[in-house]
Amino acid sequence: MMHKSSSLSAKRYRLSDSLMYWLFTFCGISAVASVLGIAGYLIWAGIPAIREIGLTHFLFGTSWRPTGPEPSFGILPMILSSLTGTALSISIALPLGVLTAVFMLESPPPVCQILRPLVELMAGIPSVIYGMVGSFLLVPAVGRLENLLFRGNKSHIFTGGANLLSASVILAVMILPTIIHTSELSLGAVPQELREASVALGATEPETMFHTVIPAALQGILSGAVLGIGRAMGEAMAVMMVSGNAVNLPLPFNSVRLLAGGIATEMSYSEGLHRKALFSVGLILFVLLLLVGLLPEMFLKPKGGGKHI
Amino acid sequence: MTAIASVLFYILLRGAGQLRWEIFVRSPSPLKGEYGILPGLINTLYIILLTLLAAAPVGIGAAVYLSEYARPGKLTRLVEFTVGTLAGIPSVVYGLFGAVFFGETLRLGYSILTGSLTLSLMVLPIIIRSGQDTLEAVPAALRESALGCGATQWQMLRTVVLPCAKRGLAASVLLVVGRITGESAALLFTAGAASNLPRNWLTHPLSSGASLTVQMYLGISNGRYIDEAFGIALVLAGILTALYFLTGALTAERRDRGEDSL
Repeated sequence: MMHKSSSLSAKRYRLSDSLMYWLFTFCGISAVASVLGIAGYLIWAGIPAIREIGLTHFLFGTSWRPTGPEPSFGILPMILSSLTGTALSISIALPLGVLTAVFMLESPPPVCQILRPLVELMAGIPSVIYGMVGSFLLVPAVGRLENLLFRGNKSHIFTGGANLLSASVILAVMILPTIIHTSELSLGAVPQELREASVALGATEPETMFHTVIPAALQGILSGAVLGIGRAMGEAMAVMMVSGNAVNLPLPFNSVRLLAGGIATEMSYSEGLHRKALFSVGLILFVLLLLVGLLPEMFLKPKGGGKHI
Repeated sequence: MTAIASVLFYILLRGAGQLRWEIFVRSPSPLKGEYGILPGLINTLYIILLTLLAAAPVGIGAAVYLSEYARPGKLTRLVEFTVGTLAGIPSVVYGLFGAVFFGETLRLGYSILTGSLTLSLMVLPIIIRSGQDTLEAVPAALRESALGCGATQWQMLRTVVLPCAKRGLAASVLLVVGRITGESAALLFTAGAASNLPRNWLTHPLSSGASLTVQMYLGISNGRYIDEAFGIALVLAGILTALYFLTGALTAERRDRGEDSL
């Protein structure tokens, strides 16, 4: 329950009160200051490289060779890889997650009691562990699939399983708990009357679920999806361990490098313009994330208004 | 149907992973000849402590500010928006920022201190948000009765609200400890990769030190310590599970207490 004590005026003040007020206000302002500081620093540090390389060449260039004889800093393949990888992962995780939430809601409590802690634990697993399990279980499996599909194909560069497909699957698994959690909450918040009205009108249980309950919970589910997308775009460690890390255009069986992983991979040995360029990559990532965060604001508002009975 | 399949999918994934996790808990043995995770454990502990030291006071303070003192208006909305933004920044970007700002501009280099300061920025929004939730969950009746007895705002906070929220705030801190333990990307470029036992317990934070997660990652990516890395994974999983149950115990008790106190 929301409570603001300013609705009741505390009429007695002492010096300690004023002190504490300023102390706490200071804390609040520090929080703002740190965000503004980081954002500002990123912008300040990322712009110089973009200016030197040229915005179009940076964003749309297809060759990333920062340490080559003629350094070039095109990050288009990485941007596309990040976008494609995230899109693939959300298209795997969203249906799976929503259906699992449905399953959890419709089944008896004992099942829920086992599943819910499981989902929460999954959410807490560090990304490196996902990366490790991914590289030892997922990558060989995908490698075998790759061999099957491309047998005898002379022009395909074999990745042994470390490619976009693996990265997408790992990302999907990582964002699954987030999606399940928010979907479960949203679906659970749909009022019982809605379900009962639907059944009274003659709909069967699955029909009720898919045509009434899910659309009603759509806003919550989608906001969970946005959270998942944000997580997927920013994930570096797990992705680095399964995606191959060569800068290529995103095809499922291509070794690719995603934006976040790209920063991490080269950070330790970069210098000069290369390092500044990495900051610019970070800046681009930041901008993309902001856009992803703002997207639902633009699309959901008109839709959400028409769903009331 | 599909859902059951997906559930089996995760169980299979983690179960199969576990087959690879040998029980490699040879803690008290340093490097060179014998692999050990003692330095990693110590470093992780240092990192957790320092990060909490930096982030908890400011974080809880800001949470108190937001829930108790702030008046609904532009400033409050700005603070809440920026806290939300801070929460969404990926850990690599924090690592990048920390490496350059704390590492180079403040000349701290690769050190545990750099890592902790970076992580404290990263966990600040988590503490603020969950602290805010906890504080706002304190029943209004308690606050009003304190004010009705003639208490000032700070007196009310000190004697009623904060003690009531103690458990929840502790749970938030534990949540953050879990997050810190699992963090690797931000630490890789800030805290470094060394696995040394501290020579001087006080100045250790100034030297480079790999946390458990970083040690694990380096083990795998260099290809030399793959099995051991899985052992570290098991240890980490154990620590996190323990934290998880601890947090659960804290929040469960709080529910009972809340009903009694009214």
